[in-house]
Amino acid sequence: MNILYFAWLRERIGIGEEAVSPPDTIQTVNQLMDWLSQRSAGHAAAFADRKLIRAAIDQIHSNHSLPITGAKEIAFFPPVTGGLA
Amino acid sequence: MTPDIRVQREDFDQGHELSKFSARNPLSGAICSFTGQMRDFQGHDRATGKIITAMELDHYPGMAERQLQDLTREAQQRWPLDDICIVHRFGVLKPTEAIVFVATASAHRGDAFAACEFLMDWLKTKAPFWKKETGPGGTQWVEAKESDESRAERWQSRS
Repeated sequence: MNILYFAWLRERIGIGEEAVSPPDTIQTVNQLMDWLSQRSAGHAAAFADRKLIRAAIDQIHSNHSLPITGAKEIAFFPPVTGGLA
Repeated sequence: MTPDIRVQREDFDQGHELSKFSARNPLSGAICSFTGQMRDFQGHDRATGKIITAMELDHYPGMAERQLQDLTREAQQRWPLDDICIVHRFGVLKPTEAIVFVATASAHRGDAFAACEFLMDWLKTKAPFWKKETGPGGTQWVEAKESDESRAERWQSRS
């Protein structure tokens, strides 16, 4: 599956996108974050505070307890801040 | 009419957008629009005293368009609307440039006003865009406001 990072998550991890193949035991967004955290110090720093992280499974906002089975694209990002400035 | 949704790097002219939108909805009696622009901080943010020299918007291509489409469908289910237009920028923004434009067309002003406000409130908490400010001390990501969350939640309790 393809993992995307935006805003400060991308900066902490150092990349915007990576293709990964987590084992079958990784079944939820939360478990995926645990698993990704082990990839580098940057990943661990980015995923340290889960309250600050939002996820989307195949471009749909999804909470951390949802299953990732069959997902092609999972994105992680901070709460959104579009609109006016 | 199929909503006109655009996510673009280029600046746009809100007057031109509004004229085009009115022209394509000659049968609608009520046209309501909202424009969000980058404040001219003149070096300082009035609220915080922070110095901000540049603003950049990151976005999730694909999901941004999709979310805006979902929002327009939701608005169309709640109010009798003839048409909707949403334009949202990404990339580098200069002071006084437009960031977002939302317009609604309906037979009556109440529906046009309500749908326009709903779209802006939901867009701010659901559309995947992230702001980054640059000042003399470096750059930092803007944090989401709880007041935006509660403005968006109002619409849930109302339905």
